[in-house]
Amino acid sequence: MWKLILNRLVVAIPTLFLVTVLVFALQRVMPGDPLLVMAGEERDPAVLEELRHHYGFDQPLPIQFLAWLREVLTGNFGASLRTGEPVLKLVGQTLPVTIQLAVASLLIAAAIGIPMGILAAVRKGTWVDAVANVVSLSGLSIPNFWLGIILILVVAVQLRWLPASGFVSVLDDPAGALRTTLMPAFVLGSGLAATLMRHTRSAMLEVLRLDYVRTARAKGLMPRAVILKHAFRNALAPIVTLSTLLFGQLLAGAVLTEQVFTIPGFGKLIVDAVFNRDYGVVQGVVLCTAVAFIVMNLVADVLYILINPRLRT
Amino acid sequence: MTALEAGSVIGDASEVLPPTRRRALAKFLKNRSAVVGAAIVLLFVALAVLAPLIAPFDPNKTNFAALRRAPSLVHWLGTDEIGRDILSRVMHGGVASLLAGVVSVAIALVIGLPVGLAAGWLGGWVDAIVGRITDALLAVPFLILAIALAAALGPSLTNAMIAIGLSQVPIFVRLTRGQVLAVRAEEFVEGARAVGVPQSLILARHILPNITAPLLVQATLTTATAIIAEASLSFLGLGQQPPAPSWGSMLNTAKNFLEQAPWMSLAPGAAIFLVVLGFNMLGDGLRDALDPREE
Repeated sequence: MWKLILNRLVVAIPTLFLVTVLVFALQRVMPGDPLLVMAGEERDPAVLEELRHHYGFDQPLPIQFLAWLREVLTGNFGASLRTGEPVLKLVGQTLPVTIQLAVASLLIAAAIGIPMGILAAVRKGTWVDAVANVVSLSGLSIPNFWLGIILILVVAVQLRWLPASGFVSVLDDPAGALRTTLMPAFVLGSGLAATLMRHTRSAMLEVLRLDYVRTARAKGLMPRAVILKHAFRNALAPIVTLSTLLFGQLLAGAVLTEQVFTIPGFGKLIVDAVFNRDYGVVQGVVLCTAVAFIVMNLVADVLYILINPRLRT
Repeated sequence: MTALEAGSVIGDASEVLPPTRRRALAKFLKNRSAVVGAAIVLLFVALAVLAPLIAPFDPNKTNFAALRRAPSLVHWLGTDEIGRDILSRVMHGGVASLLAGVVSVAIALVIGLPVGLAAGWLGGWVDAIVGRITDALLAVPFLILAIALAAALGPSLTNAMIAIGLSQVPIFVRLTRGQVLAVRAEEFVEGARAVGVPQSLILARHILPNITAPLLVQATLTTATAIIAEASLSFLGLGQQPPAPSWGSMLNTAKNFLEQAPWMSLAPGAAIFLVVLGFNMLGDGLRDALDPREE
């Protein structure tokens, strides 16, 4: 078991290194010289030269890369070219907002997707399965920013039940948080619900064929007990390993959802940075996302090894 | 029959393919949702291709006498904030979306297929390096990578297609590699190697034909993802630039007129939804029809 975990760790290191190369390369192909922005209107050649030297842009690329990597390793992910604020601070400010949205949408997705997947598997081939399939296909196909616009149109503009935009932290005002988070969380959760439903269905179908489920049925257990206690519990493992896939879907979805509902989160941070040509922030955000993703994958892998008795030798 | 079996053992899979292909086609046609999906896709392709001929108005012609008109007999889907006919813009906008879907998947395939073939067939250090690079690319969520690339390349439809295509490369590398590993262990490949068939011929005649089915399915489903991605980038202002019509950028404008002209946001979004639904249904149908296990 420890060998397996160590193996995962060893594989993650070159991946992390390559991510840094990728992000560094991305910064190099970005259009426009960031120094021109910093040098101001006059663009005095002497000032430019001074800045170039100060930031090490006159060094060969590999040297620049190593210098940058050393900064990253000491926790300096760069700074905004506009305000000079460190990227990690900006991420720290926006991340709680996105986490609140993400948790709410995961709850909604689980509440819709898992029961629907179980039902579709248990009633395979019936109209229940067909309806669940249509719903999940629609959930996968609907662009979530459009779903957001339609919801705003109906719920906020026509019915005036919920506000169309804004953000309230659940720590400040739980009721207000519910009002502002409900719609965006549903929008973000709809696609996740569809993914969850499909995976729950196929995981359940795998498990329902197995001997111990038949034994449980033969013992005369209530169908509900068989499905929830015997089948679903064992179908849960493959569903949980989906989490990394869902993480990517969540973050990408959050970019658009936050844009539609004007929520000051992590997704809006990167979009605003792109439009402000603040490449320092773009680069830092991409790096943070990738590192978080790899670390999450690693944790999921290790947890899987720890949980799975067959790998515990 | 014995001749056929002998042929398949030595490795000429093409002799046994036609019946399986026929069976797959029959299975596909029996699958109602797959046929509906194909019909939706064809309808939108036709609308986009024929748009210059059948669209009622010039998609970029402004009409200040008809600003933000609700749907009517003249303008079936209404007009936008500068009096352009929304139906005509939706029809012309289909070109951008469909093109983005197809071109970006083509880019991903052209890079991903050979790289995946090399990784799966050669193994060893090639596989290790390719594997790590794919992991690194997959570590950045697809849309965020596409946004960063589109921002780096500059906002335009072409760059959006390149960005989306590049961010989809790892999916095809992984899939191709996995398929190659599965097929190269088959007896007919071992047989071909044993009798000394050159590697390039084995790859072209035995490996490639046997991995096209899953690649085709993935390409169809990825087209759906790519169309949403293009719409998303255009919605953010990183794709098709105005005044050229695209569904994503139409929605970007429409969201500012929700109170005054709600119809502006209906048609472009519905169009994206339907096309993507069509590709997803088609992809699911192809998977069911081409999967030999699901009998």
